[in-house]
Amino acid sequence: MKRYSAFAVAREAARYHLGWERAWAAPEPKAQYDVVIVGAGGHGLATAYYLGKNFGITNVAVIEKGWLGGGNTGRNTTIIRSNYLQDASAAIYEKSRGLYETLSQDLNYNVMFSPRGVMMLAQTQHEIRGYQRTAQANALQGVTTEWIAPARVKELLPIINLDGPRYPVLGALWQARGGTARHDAVAWGYARACSAMGMDILQKCEVTGIRQQGGQVTGVETTRGEIGCTRLGIVVAGHSGVLAEMAGFRLPVESVALQALVSEPIKPCMDVVVMANTVHGYMSQSDKGEMVIGGGADGFNNYTQRGSFHHIEETVRALVETFPMISRLKMLRQWGGIVDMTGDRSPILSKTPLAGCFINCGWGTGGFKAIPGSGWGFAELMAKGHSPLTEAFTLDRFREGRFIDESVAAGVAH
Amino acid sequence: MLTLHCPCCGIQADETELAPGGQAHLTRHGPGSSDEDFHDYLFTRANPRGVHFERWRHAAGCGKWFHAARDTQTLEVFGTYAAQTLAPPQHIRDAITERRPDWTWHASGRATE
Repeated sequence: MKRYSAFAVAREAARYHLGWERAWAAPEPKAQYDVVIVGAGGHGLATAYYLGKNFGITNVAVIEKGWLGGGNTGRNTTIIRSNYLQDASAAIYEKSRGLYETLSQDLNYNVMFSPRGVMMLAQTQHEIRGYQRTAQANALQGVTTEWIAPARVKELLPIINLDGPRYPVLGALWQARGGTARHDAVAWGYARACSAMGMDILQKCEVTGIRQQGGQVTGVETTRGEIGCTRLGIVVAGHSGVLAEMAGFRLPVESVALQALVSEPIKPCMDVVVMANTVHGYMSQSDKGEMVIGGGADGFNNYTQRGSFHHIEETVRALVETFPMISRLKMLRQWGGIVDMTGDRSPILSKTPLAGCFINCGWGTGGFKAIPGSGWGFAELMAKGHSPLTEAFTLDRFREGRFIDESVAAGVAH
Repeated sequence: MLTLHCPCCGIQADETELAPGGQAHLTRHGPGSSDEDFHDYLFTRANPRGVHFERWRHAAGCGKWFHAARDTQTLEVFGTYAAQTLAPPQHIRDAITERRPDWTWHASGRATE
């Protein structure tokens, strides 16, 4: 793999850009791998990358039924933060945020991480108490966040209307080192680094069955033939239930559609990420100038990657009151992603009842921010059988009552 | 937008009038049940990409609960029926079979294709 650098850009500029290589190879499947990862989204690719980088396991295939990063990795609002209440969550999300800071250098691929600050608005008395509590918890966890007053909110975000009659802004939880990154680039950067280590990324290859013998996984059946493996990682977000069914176990997960939309591009007007959880609206401005808006999730099981229009109406109605200047913006695109929701709104990174089969799912509405940390921890779990980052996120925590309850902590989907 | 026929008041109701209530036909395991059954009752849910049975409440209408048979991949509605049933009635099963011939009903509240 040729490294990307300022020198490479100059070199290629001098020869009509004819020397750029393909970023990753498109190999034919081999009959047998040490590890097969199902799902070439951010989490799957990150898992493969850290298996190779941290544990030297490079006989790995990453299988994808569609195209690389074409699922939720390309469908989120790219927010990165780690201001969670529970210790186990703060640990894995903060690990992730930290890895994002140097990810471009690590992968030699510009993921455009922009630590512009994440502001979570408090618009009810309940949220004030909740966020002040989170700020205190974060101080104990070593995550830098602070509670800020409305005047400071206005200073950081001049376009905000603090005195909306329905949703006044009463303060905010501010994480200055949160931000955004280019979501596709995260998948592409990991894919390129995995390919450079000799791993096979197999696109348009749908898993149709999981082979097992004596309670041990032996491989997968795919639309491109049977592929053997000794360890299998299922990292397929919304379709986890479908894969689990093939492997012969069930999950405490339900899939729903979560929507996002972007406006036409406008001049720079806000340089922080805003989350208004009371009204389920998230907004940031992309480098192209589009306002990127995330909304609420449907309450019912749905695999359509669309979502219901009335959620957009609710989200936009509330955001317009808080940001009056966006009222005449035209929206360019809308899309939905299938998110896998667990009972406690925390992910599952765990061994499964099938030996050699591991599952990483349940990231719900907030998986993008967790990609590097999730990959780091899940790779360790798959390589060594245990990981301090993932030990709280086991499948049996529901049976044992060890919830990592972020739904109550946040009071919203996140 | 999803619209469902409320079998209680007879109205074709918009999604905005309805409150989703999760998987239908769960067996309620309470005191005296095994840990496994109680766990499944509390947490394990069918999550099919295809035929699914759900509880809905006509929240902004008559306020009553009912059941719906729906396809989660196409949003096709096969029919709605009374909540006072332990399994989908025959006419609902027939309506599904007509359009999904490979479909079968599992006593655990799951449908498979």
